[in-house]
Amino acid sequence: MLEDLILTVLMTSVPLVYAATGELIVERSGVLNLGVEGMMLMGAVAAFGIAMVSGSLVLGVIAGGLAGMLTAALFGILVLGFATNQVATGLALTIFGAGLSGLVGAPLIGHAIEGLPVLRIPLLSDLPTVGKLVFSHDLMAYGAVILVAAVAYFLKRTRAGLVLRAIGDNHDSAHALGYSVLGVRFMAVLFGGLMAGFGGAYLPLALTPHWAEGMTAGRGWIALALVVFASWMPWRVLVGALIFGGITIMQLAGQARGWTVPSQFLSMLPYLATIVVLVLISRNREFALANSPACLGRAFHAGK
Amino acid sequence: MTASPRPSRNQSRSVLLNASGICKHFGDFTANDDVSFSIGEGEIHALLGENGAGKSTFVKMIYGLMQPDSGQIEWRGQPTVIRSPQHARELGIGMVFQHFSLFQALTVAENIALALPPGESLADLADRVRRMSAEYGIGVDPDARVHNLSVGQQQRVEIVRCLLQDPSLLIMDEPTSVLTPQETGQLFDVLRRFSEAGVAILFISHKLEEIRALTERATVLRRGRNVGTVDTAGQSSKQLAEMMVGDSVGDIAGQAQPGSQTSALLEVESLNRPAGTAFATPLRQICFAARAGEVLGIAGIAGNGQDELMEALTGEWRGQGADVIRIDNVDITREGPSRRRQHGLGFVPEERNGHAAVPSMTLSDNALLTSHSLGRVVTRGLVDEAATRAMAAEVAGAFDVRLPQENPMASALSGGNLQKFVVGREISKRPRVFIVSQPTWGVDVGAALSIRTAILDLAAAGSAVVMISQDLEEIFAISHRVAVLYDGALSEAMVTADVTAETLGLLMGGSETASAMAAEVQA
Repeated sequence: MLEDLILTVLMTSVPLVYAATGELIVERSGVLNLGVEGMMLMGAVAAFGIAMVSGSLVLGVIAGGLAGMLTAALFGILVLGFATNQVATGLALTIFGAGLSGLVGAPLIGHAIEGLPVLRIPLLSDLPTVGKLVFSHDLMAYGAVILVAAVAYFLKRTRAGLVLRAIGDNHDSAHALGYSVLGVRFMAVLFGGLMAGFGGAYLPLALTPHWAEGMTAGRGWIALALVVFASWMPWRVLVGALIFGGITIMQLAGQARGWTVPSQFLSMLPYLATIVVLVLISRNREFALANSPACLGRAFHAGK
Repeated sequence: MTASPRPSRNQSRSVLLNASGICKHFGDFTANDDVSFSIGEGEIHALLGENGAGKSTFVKMIYGLMQPDSGQIEWRGQPTVIRSPQHARELGIGMVFQHFSLFQALTVAENIALALPPGESLADLADRVRRMSAEYGIGVDPDARVHNLSVGQQQRVEIVRCLLQDPSLLIMDEPTSVLTPQETGQLFDVLRRFSEAGVAILFISHKLEEIRALTERATVLRRGRNVGTVDTAGQSSKQLAEMMVGDSVGDIAGQAQPGSQTSALLEVESLNRPAGTAFATPLRQICFAARAGEVLGIAGIAGNGQDELMEALTGEWRGQGADVIRIDNVDITREGPSRRRQHGLGFVPEERNGHAAVPSMTLSDNALLTSHSLGRVVTRGLVDEAATRAMAAEVAGAFDVRLPQENPMASALSGGNLQKFVVGREISKRPRVFIVSQPTWGVDVGAALSIRTAILDLAAAGSAVVMISQDLEEIFAISHRVAVLYDGALSEAMVTADVTAETLGLLMGGSETASAMAAEVQA
């Protein structure tokens, strides 16, 4: 019973890890994309539709990622090409994604598909408890851990990661050194969209194998909060996703067991935790300077 | 006066870079008009000119940040279009900016790696930085995070960053504006060593003594035009100044102490302020008095508590206790800015955009912001629009603020014009006590002269003026007495006419002997 509960928590946190890790890269480059929810919905509807039509889950996952990336490209063109306000454009993207996914997905309602198969790792998955919890997941769940490791390595160890961090810290200096601020940011936005699309795809392909309008149910917002909660550090995204995923499952489990704590209070918890982290960060200037991207949300104009 | 270009002292040196007939326009404004310039290998060459003379525009074109509208650049004898900073670096041109282009969140080694071609590991690079730092006596730790470094240390990081690219030409944009005279001396030693090693240095400055001390030749720009290239050794500072400013602009001589000992209008006693953040400077036991009829200069290098002192005087930060700050014997220690204005205080903070003025608001609204509490333009909570417009127009007329249209946005004004407006806005209210920080920072010669004249006129009319300035020439030109702020503590005030620049320089660097010398001057 407890094992099943933990397994559900792990699965709930997978889409959060994808979406938040993508957004982490976007924000580290200095762009704030509040449209994660919209991109996830686009990813979810495309993934479900293609998987249903083609019968291939792999094609579904790819379609979800590409749909998220296309939505992000729209954001990138507006925000980077036309220097529109990032907050307003991001909010518009969420509304746009919710509307369009509902429209496109209307014929998909009521259909069901077979979810992503579990890949048991030979031998290891036979271990008691650990085998079930750690070594019996679907491909995308393993992918989430690899993604976090890869992004952490990219940011800390590679030159491209250094350039990305530099652009998020001081875009004028990066421009003066000859780096393409808008080019790098556009790549980052596309990556963020791809990851949000993957995160969205996980919902109808693994978590609940059907399509429902607005099925992300605020996960995009939680992913955004998670990036701040993780103070822009990849491994903390993984930990935070487990905590936030756990809280989400506690709501459901609590209701089923007749807990007296209102479920609304539990849904507030991720945001409360984020606010607490924000306060802690702003009290520690040294930490804030070292980790939060100084140019976050600021439009860049070359030749200023 | 005119000066004809002279041949370099060292004829055998081959020409490294030669620019001829360079023009650059921004809309109607001509930043560079037919500028010609050449520098030889290993030469230290000054580019001299007032703020706004077009020096920065010119070097930005050499560094590939901008393209000239017309004219030609030759690099090692070959006509070259310098497409981008990257291209400039490939050619062997490095630049240290006036405002540092370092990444605060990254380490020194990471900052340097970003400017170098890829391929070297950070650990190897850190070793190279340590070796170079030791070789030239620069003292840079590759593992430190930049936001923990002082301004002087950050500049050294910039220099190391340029040197590791093995440049044959190093451009330095006003490198000494943030340094103490002693740090400046150390920098010059380093630069001479580079020159001996064959690196040409283009040194931008408007400080004449420095240019005479360091450079062989100087090219002088005035209002975007090339006035001439001269051997610095053959010129006095006065001659250079005349070339730089032109003889059309007048000057203000040093100020004599106002005759009689007048009463103190602003008194500050034992002002203490703990540091708000790890990067703020705590204020320690600050005492001074500003008397009617005088300009009290407060000198010091940036970051020694100027911002903190300004906030404490204006009321943006409010102190504890009683009788720490008094205007006309009225205790205002716990009052906020509006109440202080009602007691006769006027002030202009250093930053024009966003602090002294709101860029996205009209001039009349900006005028309203500092006079709403004084009862002339607001009645029963309603703003008298016509009166604020009239007030703004009056300030603009009296202080020669050139307006592109009627009642424009503050952002539509050039830096010098906006500065004249924010200073004029306060002075026109005839404050009993006027506090101003960096009154002529980034302002052209003409505007600076009119601002300084207005400040002197206000003092002559019986007000007390406190002027926080990092510009020693300004301190010497218009202050009657001067005190030095160092590490949050203020020296005794000295009569400016009795003090030498050297004494002030030592005090600005926190030297003990200077304090003793200052005490003698005081006595």
